[in-house]
Formats: sequence, structure tokens, C-alpha cells
Amino acid sequence: MTENTSAPPPEAPVADRTGPAWSRIPVLRELRQSVGLQRGMLVAGLALCLLFVLMALLAPLVAPYRYNQLADDAGTFARQAPPGDGHLWGTTVGGYDVLSRVIWGAQTALSTVIIAVVAALFLGVLLGLVSGYLGGWLDRVLVTIADAIYAFPTLLLAIVISIMISGGQSSKWGGIIAAALSITVVFIPQYFRVVRAETVRLKAEPFVEAAQVIGTPTGRILSRHVLRNATRSLPLIITLNASEAILTLAGLGFLGFGILPTSAAEWGYDLNRAISDVASGIWWTGVFPGAAIVLLVLGVTLVGESLNDLADPRLRIRRRAIGGASIENRDEEEQR
Amino acid sequence: MTIADERTVGASKAPGTGLGRYILVRFLLIIPTVFILVSLVFFLMRVVGDPISASVGGRLTPDQLAERLAEAGYDRPLLVQYVEYLGQTFTGDFGRTLTDNRAIGEILLTYGTATLELVLFSLVVALVVGIPFGMLAAYLRDRWPDAVLRIFAILCYATPVFFAGLLLKLVFSVWLGWLPLSGRATPQVQLVLGRISGSTGINIIDALRTGRWDLISDVLAHAALPAIALGLLTAGVFLRLVRTNVIGTLGREYVDAARSRGVNESRLVRKHAYKPALIPIITVMGMQIAMMLGGAVLTETTFEWRGLGFELVRYLGARDFVAVQGIVALLAVIVAVTNFIVDVVAALIDPRVRY
Repeated sequence: MTENTSAPPPEAPVADRTGPAWSRIPVLRELRQSVGLQRGMLVAGLALCLLFVLMALLAPLVAPYRYNQLADDAGTFARQAPPGDGHLWGTTVGGYDVLSRVIWGAQTALSTVIIAVVAALFLGVLLGLVSGYLGGWLDRVLVTIADAIYAFPTLLLAIVISIMISGGQSSKWGGIIAAALSITVVFIPQYFRVVRAETVRLKAEPFVEAAQVIGTPTGRILSRHVLRNATRSLPLIITLNASEAILTLAGLGFLGFGILPTSAAEWGYDLNRAISDVASGIWWTGVFPGAAIVLLVLGVTLVGESLNDLADPRLRIRRRAIGGASIENRDEEEQR
Repeated sequence: MTIADERTVGASKAPGTGLGRYILVRFLLIIPTVFILVSLVFFLMRVVGDPISASVGGRLTPDQLAERLAEAGYDRPLLVQYVEYLGQTFTGDFGRTLTDNRAIGEILLTYGTATLELVLFSLVVALVVGIPFGMLAAYLRDRWPDAVLRIFAILCYATPVFFAGLLLKLVFSVWLGWLPLSGRATPQVQLVLGRISGSTGINIIDALRTGRWDLISDVLAHAALPAIALGLLTAGVFLRLVRTNVIGTLGREYVDAARSRGVNESRLVRKHAYKPALIPIITVMGMQIAMMLGGAVLTETTFEWRGLGFELVRYLGARDFVAVQGIVALLAVIVAVTNFIVDVVAALIDPRVRY
């Protein structure tokens, strides 16, 4: 760090450059840094996420039936059949196999999350950088709009947007894209706010001013000097965004604005149909898809929560007792 | 809340151009917020087509449809309609529903009270669960009860309210048979409550006014499950917030000073560290109320609680997009006003807020 203070570098260091290369990848770096309970939470979260990714990728292989299959060689499936032979987790009121729909549902949920996060991340970061760096009336207008959207209930906005995109009912990809885009719109303000605040702060940093003085084009300053330093807190927001995306997709499905059961498996829709089953004591149609939502969101949130704690020196469990002074120093270095 | 008293007294000593100005600025900020949200909702809902085609499109001949459109003014340019809509909205006229021709303002009055009641009950659950458990987690920081409580908080957040509702219904209504499955009150009770002169529409207040224990217990029994389902969602947020902030204040000098006088840890948490930690709760409460309104839509659908959210979903199902647009615009106003009130309360309690 001493060389940095004596002569301002053209770009500030993104992270400490000690340790093997893989340890600089965001989540893996934290994994290496963590200890005890926090490491346990991080590992548990990553394991749950991995489980659902595998479920999504291997759905055609591991699911006993297709998500929209109503009959096999032995005949039509019974409706609301309790868990047992042939249907490990029973069948729904529509006659679908619950286990198969839970497994296939992982595909729908993860596709939505990926589209929503990538789109919101891209647009939110771009707008945040430009708005924060250029300032002026554009900045004020964007901040006001972002604040207005930010304060509004996510689900209501998502309903309105999904009406706009799909007219309220849709095919598999139509539904996924409608849900993902409605979540995107809702989440752009969150990335926008964080990246904008960081950009405003970084704009006054010596290394940005140095770049301005030597005539670096604005686009290059933004991409090389500001962006790389403004994105530190993004992994946490991405996990929040991902879990909100899963919950919003399920909420839309629960209200009947999701994807038709014949075009894809969606947990929220299954829960919608399960609500009326409850009165007659039929639990398997609702409990399994619901548990899938909870576990996936739990996994993503555990990862996010651990990242948050590890980034906050007040909350991080120090490794002092085990590792000694050198690790303590590194912690302090990263706080800057 | 002694801290509130102290702070307000402190604020009144320095006669408050600061506070007055802050309240005024915050109040004026409501206007752009509502304007942006109402415009956004209008264009999002109208850019794809008019509400009449969406609602009855398939069932009318093109001529009939054109006639209906001209009658309602939907054949005019979108911008003209937009200006007219804005004008109506700002004079408090949110329009009439397409399917059953009711004034949307009237829907708010009829069903808004039910939603308000649900949100208030949920807020009580959230505070009663969130604050003590948050303090406990901070006190037992990084030990196993803390881990359990934090997992509980994450589970609260990770469980969609409709799934929480489904589980609660399954266990407490179907299997144990302790609490009713759905609705706001048994029909007879609702009838009695509706007949009370000056009925507020908030069941629990009406029931308390009669003073009849059978009515009160019926209302509470119906409210219990929905309030828990919706309240736990926010309880998790409060728990985490209180935990983080109590841990933060436990490191301050004045707490160290108390500790050095020999005050024991549990008393430190109960008497010294928790009060400043409650201020952030008030600040995020505005955000949480907005979130609860979203959650209320799902909770009301799950429990057939006939409030604004239940009506919204019903109109969505009927593809009555005029009603949807009106209710969503109204909720935008409610959210903006709630945030304003919360900000003012936060400023009254904590002078640092008004810069």
C-alpha cells in the first residue's frame, strides 16, 4: 500500500492483491476470509444454491415426469392423490405430479433470476454511473424517478408491468421474460442508488481528477476508474435482488399472473391452486412447492447475509485468535 | 417512549425553522412522487391498448367496440386522455370501475379500513416479535441462540406470505381446529358490527365499543393468522435491524462508561443500548408499510380478507384495468403520504435526520 500513497496510481486497487488468484473472485474471497458461524452460513447458502442449480440443469433427467404430464403408460394420473406409489409427493388438483413440478420449477425460477439480475444490473449500473458522474438536471430527474419507484410496493408495480408485457397470461418464455422485466424495472433504482452514491464519492478522488487532468475521455474514466471501484457492494445487492426476484415471480404466479401450467412449472401458480386444498387437509400440493421457494430464497439470502457481515468490520468475526496480526492488518487495509 | 419526549423538548428549545422547513420540503416532495407513479402506471397500462378491448374485446363486434370506445373517450389521443386523467386524479376523482361501475374512491373507503386493520395488527406482531428477539440476539451475539434467531429472521423474509398463510391455516385451522380458516369475522358477528351506529369499518374498534367479549374474541380469532403471516415478514426485518444497531451502540463510549461502573451486560442491553437502536426502526417503518401493502394483497387473497388487495385481485381477474389502475394509483398516494408521516415522526424524534 505504501507505493499507492506516495504516488496516486491511475486507478485505485480493487481489492488486496495478496493470495492466490481465485481468492480475488468476490464470493470465494469471502469464503477464504470467513470463520466459524459466518463460514457455516456462507457454506450452507452456497450449498442450497448449488442444489437448485443442479435441479434446474438436470430436471429432464431427475424428474420422474414432465411438468405438464397428466398420464403415463399406466393411464391418467389420479387427482389430489396422496404421496405414495408412483407419485412420491402426490399429485395436484389438476392431476400433475408434485415432485416433477417442484423440480422443473427450479428452471423457471432460475431463468427469471438470471434475466432479471443481468438486466437490472446492466441498466442500473449504467444509469447510476452516468447520473452520478455527470450530475446536473439529468441526475436530479433520475434520482426523483428512482426514489418514487423505490418507495412503491414491488409486487404492485410488477403486476402492472406484467399486464403491459403479456396481458396477464403467457407462454413459458413470455411469462419468464414478463416476470423478469417487471422485476428488473423495480430493481434498477436499487443498483442506481448504490452506484450513483459511490460515483459521486469517487468523482472527488485524486485518481479520478488525475485522469481528468491528463484528458482521459469520460467513457474511459467511467469504465476504467469509477466502475471498478463503485461495484464493491454489488454482490450483496445482487443476492437481495435475486431473492426478491424469486419471491416476486411466485407472488405473480400466486395471483394468477404467472405462467400457464401447460407451458412451464411455476411454484407460485401451484401454491395458488393449493390454497383451496388446505381446507380439506390436502397438504402435499402446497407444502412442497412452498418449501422449494423458501429453501432457494434462504440459500441466496444466507450467501448475501454472510457477504454483508464479512464486508462490515463491526459484524465480521475476526480471525485474530487463530491467524494473528497479519490477517488483522489485512482487514484494516480493506476497510479503506 | 421517554426518549421521544426528551428529544422533542430539546427540539422545541431551539425554535424550529429547521423542522418547519424540513416538513415543508418533505411535504412538497410528495407531489413529484405521486405524479411520477400515477404517470408511470397510466402509461404502462395504456400503452398496450384500451381497457374496454381488454375487458370485453372478444365478445363485441368491431362496430360495437368502436362505439363503446368513443363513448368512454378512449378513441382520443393518449396524451389528451393522460392530461384529463391527471386532472381528475388531482381533484380526487379516481374514476369508475368498468365491470360494476363503482367509484374507485368509494372502494377505498369501503375496503381500505379492512386493509388498514390488517396492516396495524401485523405491525403489532412485527414489533412484539422483532424488538425483543433482536435485543436477545444482540445480547447473545455469535452464540447459538443468535444463530437460531438470525436463521429465523431470514426464514421470515424467505417465506412468501401466502405460503406462511397456507402453513398456518393447515396447522391451526385444519389440523388443530383452533382458529377460523378465512374471513374477517363470522357472518353474524359482521352483521352485528355493521349495524353499530357510526361504524368505523375497523372491526376491532367497533367490537371494543360494544364491549361484548364474544364479538371481540371472534374478531381477534379471525385476525390472528393473517396478522401473523404478514407480521412475521416484517418481524424478520426488525429483528435484524435491532440486532445490528444494538451491537453498534454496545460499542459506544457511553455504554463502555456504564459497563465500567459495573452495570451488567443484560441491563446494558435493556436500559442503555436499545433506545438509540430503535430510531432506525421508525425510519424504515415507512419502507416497511409500503412493503406490507404489497404483502397485504397476497395475505388478503390467502385468507379471503376483504380489503383493498382482495378487491384489486378480483378486478385483475375480471380484467377490469380501469379499476386496477385506479386502485394502484390510490395506493401510490397512500404510500407517499405514509412515507411523509414517517419521515416527520423520525425528524421529531431524532434531530439528526433534519439536515
